[in-house]
Amino acid sequence: MSSIASTTTDLHQEAHQEDHGDHKPKGFMNRWLFTTNHKDIGTLYLVFSLLMFLIGGTMALVIRAELFVPGLQLVEPEFFNQMTTMHALIMVFGAVMPAWVGFANWMIPLMIGAPDMALPRMNNWSFWILPFAFAMLLSTLFMDSGGPAAGWTMYPPLSLQTGDSFAFVVFSIHMMGISSIMGSINIIATIMNMRAPGMTLLRMPLFVWTWLITAFLLIAVMPVLAGAVTMLLTDHFFGTSFFNAAGGGDPVMFQHIFWFFGHPEVYILVLPAFGVVSEILPTFSRKPLFGYAAMVYATASIAFLSFIVWAHHMFTVGMPLEGELFFMYATMLIAVPTGVKVFNWVSTMWKGSMTFETPMLFAIGFVVLFTIGGLSGLMLAIAAADFQYHDSYFVVAHFHYVLVPGSVFALMAGTYYWLPKWTGRMYSEKWGKLHFWLSAIFVNVLFFPQHYLGLAGMPRRIPDYSPQFTDFNMLSSIGGFAFGATQIIFIGVIIHCVWVSKQKAKARVWEGALGLEWTVPSPAPYHTFEIPPDIDESMVVHADEISH
Amino acid sequence: MNKPNTVIVTLAVFAAVTAAFWLLLVAPALTGNKINMPIGVTPQSVTHYELHMTILWICVVIGTLVFTVMFTSIVLHRKSRGHKPANFSHSTKAEIAWTIIPVIILIGMAIPATTALVKMEDASGSDMTIKITGFQWKWKYEYLDDDISFISSLSADSNAARQLNSGINPEDVNHYLLDVDKPLVLPVGKKVKFLITADDVLHAWWVPDFGWKRDAIPGFINEAWTLIQKPGTYRGQCAELCGKDHGFMPIVVVALPETEYQDWVTEQHQGKLIDSELAGQEWDLDGLLTKGEEVYSSQCATCHQLDGSGLAPAFPALAGSSVTTGPLGETISLVINGVEGTAMQAWGNLLTPVDIAAVLTYIRNSFGNETGDIVQPETVANMTGEGS
Repeated sequence: MSSIASTTTDLHQEAHQEDHGDHKPKGFMNRWLFTTNHKDIGTLYLVFSLLMFLIGGTMALVIRAELFVPGLQLVEPEFFNQMTTMHALIMVFGAVMPAWVGFANWMIPLMIGAPDMALPRMNNWSFWILPFAFAMLLSTLFMDSGGPAAGWTMYPPLSLQTGDSFAFVVFSIHMMGISSIMGSINIIATIMNMRAPGMTLLRMPLFVWTWLITAFLLIAVMPVLAGAVTMLLTDHFFGTSFFNAAGGGDPVMFQHIFWFFGHPEVYILVLPAFGVVSEILPTFSRKPLFGYAAMVYATASIAFLSFIVWAHHMFTVGMPLEGELFFMYATMLIAVPTGVKVFNWVSTMWKGSMTFETPMLFAIGFVVLFTIGGLSGLMLAIAAADFQYHDSYFVVAHFHYVLVPGSVFALMAGTYYWLPKWTGRMYSEKWGKLHFWLSAIFVNVLFFPQHYLGLAGMPRRIPDYSPQFTDFNMLSSIGGFAFGATQIIFIGVIIHCVWVSKQKAKARVWEGALGLEWTVPSPAPYHTFEIPPDIDESMVVHADEISH
Repeated sequence: MNKPNTVIVTLAVFAAVTAAFWLLLVAPALTGNKINMPIGVTPQSVTHYELHMTILWICVVIGTLVFTVMFTSIVLHRKSRGHKPANFSHSTKAEIAWTIIPVIILIGMAIPATTALVKMEDASGSDMTIKITGFQWKWKYEYLDDDISFISSLSADSNAARQLNSGINPEDVNHYLLDVDKPLVLPVGKKVKFLITADDVLHAWWVPDFGWKRDAIPGFINEAWTLIQKPGTYRGQCAELCGKDHGFMPIVVVALPETEYQDWVTEQHQGKLIDSELAGQEWDLDGLLTKGEEVYSSQCATCHQLDGSGLAPAFPALAGSSVTTGPLGETISLVINGVEGTAMQAWGNLLTPVDIAAVLTYIRNSFGNETGDIVQPETVANMTGEGS
């Protein structure tokens, strides 16, 4: 471990002869385009993902506006389908995933006492691929043949009816995949090789653990997605028949391949969220994380199970009974490690000394609403009942509960938690809390009624509906617009914190915060831990004896 | 500050959490809206409803317990009350307990879930078989034992109202988006087996009152069954994204008592005789044009538009197109065989020779296309292999 770490440290010391802790490259291009600094790259990822969050959110508002009342008022069905498809692709690959990579870049070196990521140049490249990938993906909306409209799942044969723009979609997905794989290699190399002496694996903060596991998931499944879309590409343009039954292919095989990627992918979106929440709850409960080792094992179990449950996304394709039973039982099993996590979080809070600053509010919101999404997930696992739930709005409600008040709330919690460390200033607690309360209320107004719609028989991905579904669609749309408007507060709070706020942040921003990131000043200097810190017991976040 | 009584706080929080669940799960029904899975009219739908409710209530109980503990803690263990943090950080016994207990609950859930699934998948011993084929964007039903087959697509008034800014209020349309021109008619009390497939892209056949949906996949045949226990009209929709008009291919099933069902079958057979008689006749231009316009507006206008202008880029214009004004034989063959990889169906499998002949005549003599061609049903029948 120490050889690469010390080599990197040597290089840094050579480059900076003296202690230039805050020495930044001169000029905009040098600072941002050519940067190899983990903090700058982290910032780039976070800003990029926020931009994508706004674009993807705008598309969601187009969807909710059209669904406000029955009848078609605003867009043609084909464009509606492009919106649902693009909304998902952008939110999954452009907003949530890059945001977590941004957190990883900023925080993992600070949390394990490393001077930077293990592969800084690759780090630069893995970010700068993304703006090009998404510019290309978005450009398809302006092409003659229109954007992709077959859903983010791209099921053939429908996806093969996309026009020539399909080639651009496939290529942009390849680029996103390359970016993710490079980012993951970097994260694994960093965690494995660059921990400060004394930072043993079972002393790492849980955010580092969840990202380590997430990175392995990414490396395992992104190539599978790349393979699937490449086969679509050759089916579309080069006359192959991987998924064309008339040519001896199998359209269902695509679904198996896609979901072999797709199910681990949903854990890629949410495991780092588990990590962030596991950092925040102990801080504001002023009490160590309960069951640290159990949390690590639960995360690993969830990751393992995520590889053997994929076909629960396709119970209705006509699998043999034995297959349906296997995937039902395996899926139900995921409830066990997920339950362990929730119980450990609640036990962390139990008998603590809690305060409710904005990060804590978002973390608690996460635990409550993610649990609701988890429970509806358990319902969906019951295969026979899923023959009713499948492809209805019940599913839409379920996965938005785990992704929006799940992953996205955790992203917001993490942003508020570390923003003072990044900027050296305090954000406005008053506006942060308002952002939380409005978000928490409207996210439920937005998504809870969708459970009713699905159970009452409304299919997903339809641009228009029977008038019996009007009331709850209207309610959901109102919630959607209010939730969208609330995010303007978030942007305002960030801008205020970065450029306006006068209140300086201390090194240890939060009273109960433990961990290496709080031992460096706020804002974190441009270069940190050029000399590995000596880690003593008091700097370690987790005090679970099992880990020692 | 007074030390609050843990028991009282716990009970108060429990009451609040219970009230919140009531507000979410029961109260919305008071608005008169449907908020739950229908119990339905088949053995499967009843089983699935009961299974759904069992699992739902187990989830609600788990949620209530977890949230009660959590919010009790949030009320009691706050710094502003002067609560000092405890220092415990793990308990192997607790970890084992909350691993084992959920496993036991899950086994309890898996038993009824397995039984329901085994029952649903058993399509043996059926009384009759219907083949369902999904097309963009209509359903074809074939009664394999009775030699009846027809296409079922969105009703004309729904179709008019659902156009962008049609100016028609959907509330004024009878069963807006859930009505078809020709429903599937089934007998009550018979076990009906379905063979479900698709011709172009994926679709899924879903009638919530029957308790299941099944994907329709080109090149594959999926099996499903139903046994309707109550006469009535049951409505559903395609449940798998199948292109621009995915939201506009409803399913309507009319379930009739056995005797009425037999009358309906007889009626269909008589209609078929008339059809074949018509197909043998020589048609004049006016007759074909009238019939053709009818077929065009119900089957073709969705994509090629009523005025033949098409919807660029996916759906070509017919007005002045090289296909509709070029050699007649190519037009006939294109309509009969379709264009692979596009939404253009092989209409030879879908429409009667009379309909195809009429629509061909119509498109070659409308939208400014003035070929003067007349296509006779017999010509079409010979090309589709239905001719004698």
